[in-house]
Amino acid sequence: MGKNHPNVDPYVVSRVRALESLLLEKGILAPDAVDRVIQRYEADTGPMVGARAVARAWTDPDYKRLLLDDPRTALKRFELDYAMLMVVENTEPVHNLVVCTLCSCYPWPVLGLPPTWYKMPAYRSRAVSEPRALLGEMGLAVDPRREIRVWDSSAEMRYMVLPQRPSGTEGMGEDALVPLITRDALIGVAEVRPPAPAIR
Amino acid sequence: MNGVHDLGGMQGFGPVEREENEPVFHAAWEAAVVAIQQAGGTRGLFNIDEFRHGIERMAPAHYLGATYYEKWLDGITRVLLEKGVVGAAELAERLAFFAERPDAPASAPLTAPLPPRAPANPKWAQDVIRAGGPQRFAAGDPVLTRDVHPRGHTRLPRYARGKRGVIHRCHGVHVFPDTHAHGEGEQPQPLYSVRFDARELWGESAEGNHAVHIDLWESYLLPGS
Repeated sequence: MGKNHPNVDPYVVSRVRALESLLLEKGILAPDAVDRVIQRYEADTGPMVGARAVARAWTDPDYKRLLLDDPRTALKRFELDYAMLMVVENTEPVHNLVVCTLCSCYPWPVLGLPPTWYKMPAYRSRAVSEPRALLGEMGLAVDPRREIRVWDSSAEMRYMVLPQRPSGTEGMGEDALVPLITRDALIGVAEVRPPAPAIR
Repeated sequence: MNGVHDLGGMQGFGPVEREENEPVFHAAWEAAVVAIQQAGGTRGLFNIDEFRHGIERMAPAHYLGATYYEKWLDGITRVLLEKGVVGAAELAERLAFFAERPDAPASAPLTAPLPPRAPANPKWAQDVIRAGGPQRFAAGDPVLTRDVHPRGHTRLPRYARGKRGVIHRCHGVHVFPDTHAHGEGEQPQPLYSVRFDARELWGESAEGNHAVHIDLWESYLLPGS
């Protein structure tokens, strides 16, 4: 599992059980709460709402304007009421990158649970001080002429990147675009790739 | 506090390690910690700032070695003990029970029927915006962050103290974590997105063509000119 997942002391599991059991007994934790968390995040996981909003923004200029200016109203089109999101647009001169140096703040409602690397010290420490080197190591070479704009989520506002639409997708509709839009692109550590050509 | 959690700009952690096809949860206990955090938050046992400050007070070596949800467990346990929601003796007793029976379900030691649940506020972490008062700064204003080292909770990262930036926008009036984490009330104040040039933050070591935007409360800021 690598150093992101040091072996968990079995004592940790006992500590969780002990607290869980006390909170059950006190009526704070519902008996089905853990199952509901697993169901919710394993079933509804992934950057589905975020990807849908981006795909719509790419195909509907009015929606794009709304998503950038009033994300809360824009997200209500996907049955999500999320007041705290800011959407930042990648352009030719600017590449955006999202981090939380103080903890691991992340827009769960639009991107699902954060990946482990987002929460680990290597990413949190370097994203603000050497983002170009970090992105290069992660496989994204950002042209030195482009500004890298890092958003440190130090308050309750959350950030999602609106990536650039890749060339080669001009004829594609919203539904076909959604699967191309990865969580990593919405964090800013990757770009959206055009679909691989079909094998004939 | 100048805690181990305040990682921006630290060096020596090596490359980012990505896990291919990472599962949502690596083990069921991680989901249990999320359920406990959400129950505690939505039922008002602790607020988001108390939760964060609970984690920040982990022993530094433990913090750096712990997995994410182990940090949550440690922080939540600390806060629930401090607030008297759970007692140290009953927790120790329950811990001894599960140390002996690592595979027993959480309900194993329960003897009485479960009580009804308290009402919840499912938007607990988003419920931070308050009615506005006057704002001291406007977009484009130069600001200087205060050079302070508070012993309690703060959301002014160490790498951005005593630095010059420019107001990008105001996010409205938000609950102030520095008091809210310590039982001193919400004391809401304007929150701003402040833009810092990388050279201001990292000096001669800055990578070129790079800026950092940080969300900062008004009392972290002084007029910049």
